[in-house]
Amino acid sequence: MPAEKPRSFQDLILTLHDYWSRRGCVILQPHDVEVGAGTLHPATVLRALGSKNWWAAYVQPSRRPGDGRYGENPNRLQHYYQYQVILKPNPPDLQDLYLGSLEAIGLDPRLHDIRFVEDDWENPTVGAWGLGWEVWCDGMEVSQYTYMQQVGGLDVFPVAGELTYGLERLAMYIFEVDHFTQLPFNDPQSPNHKTYGEVFLENERQWSQANFHAPDVALLKRQFEDMEAQVSRMLAMTGPQGQQLVLPAYDHVLKASHLFNLMDATGAIAVAERQSYIGRIRDLCKMCAEAYVAADKAEQAKVGA
Amino acid sequence: MAQLLLELFSEEIPARMQADAARALERMAREALAEAGLLPEALKTFAGPRRLTLVAEGLPEAQGDRSEERKGPRVGAPDQAMDGFLRSTGLTREQLTERDGVWFAVIERKGRPTAEIVAAMVDKIVRNFPWPKSMISGTSRLRWVRPLKRILCVFDREIVPFDIEGIASGDISEGHRFMGNARPFRARDFDEYREALAGHYVVLDVEERKERILEGARTLCFARNLELVEDQGLLDEVAGLAEWPTPILGDMDPVFLDLPPEVIRTSMRTHQKYFAVRDPASGKLAPHFLVVANLEAVDGGKEIARGNAKVLSARLSDARFFWDEDRKIGLADRLEKLKGVTFHAKLGTMYERVERIEALAREVGPLVGADAELAAKAAKLAKADLGTNMVGEFPELQGLMGGYYARAESLGDDLADAIRDHYRPQGPADALPATPLATAVALADKLDTLTGFFGIEEKPTGSRDPFALRRAALGVIRIILEKKLRLGLIGVLWPATNKALQATSSVAINQGIELETRAYVKAQGSSAAAELLLEAIGDAAAKHMSLEKTEPVVVELREFFADRLKVLLRDQGKRHDLVDAVFALGDDDLVRIVARVEALEAFLASEDGSNLLAGFKRAANILKAEEKKGPLPTGPAVKLPSAPAEEIALIDSLTVVTVRLKLAMPGEDFEAAMGALATLRAPVDAFFDKVLVNSEIKAERDNRLRLLIQVRDAMSAVADFSLVTG
Repeated sequence: MPAEKPRSFQDLILTLHDYWSRRGCVILQPHDVEVGAGTLHPATVLRALGSKNWWAAYVQPSRRPGDGRYGENPNRLQHYYQYQVILKPNPPDLQDLYLGSLEAIGLDPRLHDIRFVEDDWENPTVGAWGLGWEVWCDGMEVSQYTYMQQVGGLDVFPVAGELTYGLERLAMYIFEVDHFTQLPFNDPQSPNHKTYGEVFLENERQWSQANFHAPDVALLKRQFEDMEAQVSRMLAMTGPQGQQLVLPAYDHVLKASHLFNLMDATGAIAVAERQSYIGRIRDLCKMCAEAYVAADKAEQAKVGA
Repeated sequence: MAQLLLELFSEEIPARMQADAARALERMAREALAEAGLLPEALKTFAGPRRLTLVAEGLPEAQGDRSEERKGPRVGAPDQAMDGFLRSTGLTREQLTERDGVWFAVIERKGRPTAEIVAAMVDKIVRNFPWPKSMISGTSRLRWVRPLKRILCVFDREIVPFDIEGIASGDISEGHRFMGNARPFRARDFDEYREALAGHYVVLDVEERKERILEGARTLCFARNLELVEDQGLLDEVAGLAEWPTPILGDMDPVFLDLPPEVIRTSMRTHQKYFAVRDPASGKLAPHFLVVANLEAVDGGKEIARGNAKVLSARLSDARFFWDEDRKIGLADRLEKLKGVTFHAKLGTMYERVERIEALAREVGPLVGADAELAAKAAKLAKADLGTNMVGEFPELQGLMGGYYARAESLGDDLADAIRDHYRPQGPADALPATPLATAVALADKLDTLTGFFGIEEKPTGSRDPFALRRAALGVIRIILEKKLRLGLIGVLWPATNKALQATSSVAINQGIELETRAYVKAQGSSAAAELLLEAIGDAAAKHMSLEKTEPVVVELREFFADRLKVLLRDQGKRHDLVDAVFALGDDDLVRIVARVEALEAFLASEDGSNLLAGFKRAANILKAEEKKGPLPTGPAVKLPSAPAEEIALIDSLTVVTVRLKLAMPGEDFEAAMGALATLRAPVDAFFDKVLVNSEIKAERDNRLRLLIQVRDAMSAVADFSLVTG
């Protein structure tokens, strides 16, 4: 039986945390580097690789500078939240688990038309792809569901199942509001009730202006190159146990990627140049992925011996 | 005789792959069974959102017994050879037979049980299934389109036991995810299976699903005095998205009805997979939509209709935003944006392409009855809508939106229509651009595409035609033929090719020059003069290179057009060889070519025609044989005093025929030309009947050869009869 509807945006997040925690996931906090999507959290990009099992769930603030609309568009924001679940290996009943999570947040599958519609996921900046679906609820896309096949150009095995819920959109659907600002952020019955707009509208206004008008593209280009150089430097260094510094290196890939998104949002990047930047980020990501897998192999070999 | 039932149950299969999957399953099963010597009386496959199913009726319980004869060693061969042979056949020496000094073994093979063969067959099918894209999941290495969950396999009501990568076969399947009790069920034959599925809210057969959708949708519409806007492609898709398709009629906010109807329909179809609904009285879209759900909801579908209406409102709000924003900027002001859009790396930007199309339209316009400057203007604006928000969202509305926006800024209906229709015809069934202006732009657009891609050697090969060049050529041919445009193909291909080649060369050269410029500027410090100089050199070099390359590309394109025309005419039932016979004349006027083919076809169908063809071949063979011996005599045949009456008669008829042909050909009266040729039939027949070409007297022989040359040449003015078969 479907549960009661959550009472607020944060209740929706807590319900999903509770649901996935009970199923054995590590509940993580957001990664503290700006990223464009929950997938880019090292808990997904890196942990999807290698041989180790890894079940985790987390909320990731996602920044897409080009999507800023000064808080005026009903469901387009430059800073929004994704709920991300990564299950490696994916259990055979992942679809049922996923549908269970929808029931947990109050969507009754005997009342709503829930559908799995083909959508092959691809993220060229991290050299990743997978097959799966967009999940529709009464014609509205509520999640992205993917069996990840490759990351950083390397095969993902065991395969990782990835679930991404677009939280604001899902919440707007559940709470039947027409604009993100109207979402109840906490319980409307609470004496200190706040709407999503009260919490984040000003943030959207300021950042939209800043993203489109503040950047100095020449400066961003230099910073991009600095980050790019840092990645190779980190990978050339070794840690106390002789390991490559993959995790710090990958954070610098994320920084480079965000700098590129900032440049892209200003519209100052020509088509061919854009492709070249995407290629450079992909190459950096591939270097990290390879180093991560090599470390995993070395560790497995040590365990085996 | 027994029945085989197989079901491969998986997570949701993409709708677009289902029909092919059903066909592939049928083909693979038929092949595997035939290879094992098992021929079912009937075999049928089904595909749906979560399952592929096969049922084969009338299979034997086992293969027939087979006996196989194997040749052994010669009589008297060493014992080792004999022992080896006995071991491999499992027989004793007494069981062998001897023939012509060689031992033979007859091995009786018991037919294998069908179930065993089926088990191996399913394993092979699953592991080799031709999905366009497949994946693995969890810790399994088994590839399938999405995770494979169960295999139901029963033969003669018994489970066929096997295991594929941990999935054991059984007699269990599942029905609808949410409706009914949602518990697995057992089935041991097709009737049980189909019935259980229906009881678990699954319609197995896609045709039945489609009927259910159409019937349900029509009934819903009829009850509200509405009419469904039918859409076969969409029907195919939604029938692959629901196991228990349930049409629901929802309401759309009527404020959106002021959007162009194509925008509403496209938004409904591509984003939401809804059917549009219209008012049967006015034929206009009605403020409703029809969604096909996969559920008969407990509330009768109210929530589903409400939720979908909300999503549609959001979608149409986006479309409205695009429509309003797009009309704030005129098409001419959008051209600049095309400079940033690459058309093809070797063919420059979309802006450069538009410049070429504009110049071409100016040349082609007058040939098709359009004003040159107006055609150039229409061509210049034809691609401007590529920069609009709406076309960015719905690429399939290109052209159409340009037409709307042109009308919105009052550029005139003629211009707006030309922009709207310049992509036409988009396929063999699509309408042609209606007006001369639209025709001019449509031709210029297609000619630039064709010459551009041929210029960079991106020609179609086999089934690969990524730039749809065959469609473009067919479009040009259809426009020329159906509008009876009298323009030489070479005449339009030449300037188009030249322009395209200049573009490719300048792209290539400029890339080279840019590198050099950079190096130069680095060495010399910044020098604007140096850059200008290098640019000028680049342009001159591009012009030079393009002129050299134009001819071979035009020749290739002419061949390509000839091939496309042949395909078109063959599809219309015209004889292939006749098309060749006419093409061999080197004509590039498509209208005339087709008229000639038609006249020739009628002529050869007549008795005179087929007989004259025989006469032509005979004449041609004699001439060919004579040519090998030495040069043929030249000049006209004369009436020698010794000539028999038949020879004189043929000379006379040829004189008349030559005059008649001369009169008929310039006016392109091919019927008259064929009629003239027909009068040659009797004198040619009589000539061959009564006159010996190879006379002992050289003067006679030469004269008769000249006569045959004249016959051949007269006929060759109409078609190359040597290429006509039969």
